Amino acid sequence: MRVMKIGVIAIQGNVEEHVRALEKTLAEQGREEGVVVKIRHRGIIESCDAIVIPGGESTTIGRLLEREGIVPELTEAARAGKAILGTCAGLVLLAKEGEVEVAKTGQPLLGLMDVKVKRNAFGRQKESFEALLSLSFLKEPFHAVFIRAPIITHAADPVEVLATLKGHIVAARHGNIMALSFHPELTEDRRIHHYFINTCIQGRNKS
Amino acid sequence: MEKVGEIEIGELRHGTELLKRGFASLQKGGVIMDVTSKNQAEIAEEAGAIAVMALHAVPADIRKAGGVARMADPMVISEIIDAVTIPVMAKCRIGHFSEAEILEALGVDMVDESEVLTPVDSHHVDKRDFTVPFVCGARDLGEALRRIEEGAAMVRTKGEAGTGDVKEAVRHMKLIMGEIRSLKGKNEEELKDVAKELDVSAGLVQETAELQRLPVVNFAAGGIATPADAALMMRLGADGVFVGSGIFKSEEPKKMAAAIVEAVNNYDNPNKLADISKGLGVPMKGIEISVLDESELLQVRG
Repeated sequence: MRVMKIGVIAIQGNVEEHVRALEKTLAEQGREEGVVVKIRHRGIIESCDAIVIPGGESTTIGRLLEREGIVPELTEAARAGKAILGTCAGLVLLAKEGEVEVAKTGQPLLGLMDVKVKRNAFGRQKESFEALLSLSFLKEPFHAVFIRAPIITHAADPVEVLATLKGHIVAARHGNIMALSFHPELTEDRRIHHYFINTCIQGRNKS
Repeated sequence: MEKVGEIEIGELRHGTELLKRGFASLQKGGVIMDVTSKNQAEIAEEAGAIAVMALHAVPADIRKAGGVARMADPMVISEIIDAVTIPVMAKCRIGHFSEAEILEALGVDMVDESEVLTPVDSHHVDKRDFTVPFVCGARDLGEALRRIEEGAAMVRTKGEAGTGDVKEAVRHMKLIMGEIRSLKGKNEEELKDVAKELDVSAGLVQETAELQRLPVVNFAAGGIATPADAALMMRLGADGVFVGSGIFKSEEPKKMAAAIVEAVNNYDNPNKLADISKGLGVPMKGIEISVLDESELLQVRG
């Protein structure tokens, strides 16, 4: 099988952190030959097996994804069953629909996941928090960092809820697409990145 | 970075170093724009700004007006907070912890303890006590590390605000980067000497030497007026840029704002930068820094 290639959307935000976490995860799995590339322009996604949309500002990332012509490539990647991980702003971008404050900005959503999202759901930066979170696929809780975090307010049927906090959905999966409200790239715990790469491998074996 | 105890199940922990630096880290690759009204904030958000800096006047006007420059009117800040979904930052005077507390109470996402306003103290605010993260200006590595030690979660060059002349921002960025490079290869004793000279802890100097970058996000600010200026600062190693007067003092703010955002994303691609820079109207007029009297410089404050 050809070498695994993971692309990180590198327009803005926690790009380096995801790249580093993915490289370490690949090494921990004995897949040192795997490569992680940054995506700032069109023409790269097609050669990737998996894509990460990092945290940052969803309005900024969304507008530049459009201007750079990356949106149709992401849609195609999702259709082809490639693994996609969206964290924080990435979660907002993956959603089909946003609550009123998302709609107000007129920001483009990719609509790849059948969920409705609310931005800054816990409040402003001073309300950002760290918490221990139970995720359905992990035995032990995960130290999760929520920064001006969004939540999923509604998830339609095929979408699997992976974690809730105070009654809000903060992690979900729809086929090969996974979205998180928090930032697994900001801590040293790589269990989520392992889970993501495993999803990608399962997808590759199927196809 | 400070060590915190184990978090318990069900606990939400606020205001930690990780959250402050994490917020700053999310701004990387972005453009933070000075705005003085709800309307300008909306233009900035639409153009793709990562955050806005709420002010009563842009630095060029502060410079022109003279007198004491203070924190912006809380009414204007609140209006801007309500108008946009991107983070809103605001400036407090150097050492004015009450202004900083008011900004935190208003719900500002990051406080800029800024030399653009009139300082009230030779000591800076103790930023560790706050839940809200801070950004501070620096001209060299010593200033940058002292601000980080006081709790700043982001550093920016001071440059010379309100001039539209990027010369000083270039100088400050090169100086900081060069000083970091010069730490490479120094042994523990030598790093301790540097720490004493700069009046910061040895641990912080050691961390900087190992990382070969500041342990927090490092933005460019002060005099950036065109897409080319923004690209230049990114090429020099900035993690992102602040644009003050450069947008709303230009002839076509909407075009200029969007172009600077695109320039930051394409800073290493001259062909794209050429396209991006076309037809933007007249940039802010500006003042060449060398004609300013020493007493008119903002960067020497704080």
